Amino acid sequence: MASTPRVPSISTRQRVLQVLVPLLALAVGILVWQWIVTANQIPKYILPSPVDTAVALFTDSGTLWPALLVTMRITFMALAVAIIGGVTIAIIIVQSKWLELALFPFTVILQVTPIIAIAPLILIYAPDTQTALMICAFAVAFFPILSNMVQGLKSVDHRLLDLFELYGANRWQALLFLRIPASMPYFMAGLRIAGGLSLIAAVVAEFAAGSAGQGAGLAFRLLESQYRLNLPRMFAALIMLCGTGIAIYALTSLIAWLTLHRWHESAIERED
Amino acid sequence: MSTLLAMRDVSKIFANGTLALNGMSLEIGEGEFLSLLGPSGCGKSTALRIMAGLTAPSSGTVEWPSSRTNERGLPQGDIGFVFQEPTLMPWQNVFGNVYLPLKLHGLSKAQARERVMDNLESVGLADFANAYPRQLSGGMKMRVSIARALVTRPRLLLMDEPFAALDEITRHKLNDDLLALWRRTGVTVIFVTHSVFESAYLSSRIVVMRPRPGQVFSDLPIAQPEMRGEAYRVSEFYRANCQSVSEALQGAIRAAES
Repeated sequence: MASTPRVPSISTRQRVLQVLVPLLALAVGILVWQWIVTANQIPKYILPSPVDTAVALFTDSGTLWPALLVTMRITFMALAVAIIGGVTIAIIIVQSKWLELALFPFTVILQVTPIIAIAPLILIYAPDTQTALMICAFAVAFFPILSNMVQGLKSVDHRLLDLFELYGANRWQALLFLRIPASMPYFMAGLRIAGGLSLIAAVVAEFAAGSAGQGAGLAFRLLESQYRLNLPRMFAALIMLCGTGIAIYALTSLIAWLTLHRWHESAIERED
Repeated sequence: MSTLLAMRDVSKIFANGTLALNGMSLEIGEGEFLSLLGPSGCGKSTALRIMAGLTAPSSGTVEWPSSRTNERGLPQGDIGFVFQEPTLMPWQNVFGNVYLPLKLHGLSKAQARERVMDNLESVGLADFANAYPRQLSGGMKMRVSIARALVTRPRLLLMDEPFAALDEITRHKLNDDLLALWRRTGVTVIFVTHSVFESAYLSSRIVVMRPRPGQVFSDLPIAQPEMRGEAYRVSEFYRANCQSVSEALQGAIRAAES
């Protein structure tokens, strides 16, 4: 397009530094950790060094990877159900003021009750542990999606609603072409929160469930390593959880960027 | 000149008890450029919203003698509306925003493309079809808004202080472009403004309104030269028009204060 002014690009040096500085800081942190362990000759059942942890990550992969897959499956299934449920209920809620008022006490109860406190109850009712863990993680991830989506669906420019009315748009068209696109920034904010929370909830719920055996997730492996004082494996499991958390954050941020970068202020790079 | 729209004794009382509009009767002929001029609270925007069917009158009727009307008494597709803000959907590009009214009427993108592009051409934005609203200046956004209002080929274009937020240079340019569109398309325009100078420049007729309660104060036909431009803005003829409009407005304000 001839008339769009060219955006001056940020200098390459700055770009490289933006990636390099945090990576270097992380590397220094790991080196300091290694140095503290070696210099003080700390045994690895008290504090394993980064090398011990890396070795455990490799040698215990037969135990840890399946456990990670279990935790991830619970996390993503819970998140998926929370997205579908949260968005659907938000759409239903905004259709009527009375419906919203009627559902209000339930959403508040769900929000303010610490989910981990009802985990034992869920464990009794659910057919198996996996389902119970999924329900716990879902219950935690559900609310941020619902409340953000409701807020988004209600935050539509009222003049645009007038415009849709003027052109005789029906409810369905107004929802599809106006309310849902307008609520996307809110939904994305909710998704980021819910993504992180569903992983936390999947781990915490497994602590509460104390499940064991073949189908156990990373939380059980953490407890198991604790009982056996296998600290390198514990650290390895923690690093896997940390990596999963980062991956989920990166994924939800990418989805938000892909959806919003063309138009929403939150995703637009500003010049000084 | 046939009557396009007639308001008969229309009143509007808001839920808080405010009498926003009191017994307004007005006949608007086809092809007129009519300005509703008045201070804040005179009900001019309310009158516009009633004409568009966005607000129901508390009493009185709005008639469309020469239009086919739908079940709500509105001539569907015959009204275009331009708000004070451009009111564009930020997630749609310029094309998508202008395409909206046709999309809501069930036209596919392919069927609508030519009409959308013609309308963008007529407001000078054909090159910006793929740009997003945030990339445009205030004046350009308003042009998109006008193109969107005209894309259904409406018989009536309602404009609610559309240029109030723009700088004077942009406003003058858009005034001229709007007059050119009006002459070319023959659309009837009802233009709400609080500017004496803007209404005296654009209109073939000015309805001055007064507040508390909002009602019609006077109805002035304005003699205008066919072509208006920079020379007209500094002419004695324009000055005299401004003076008579300004006197009517002062009268309306005095009437409201007494």
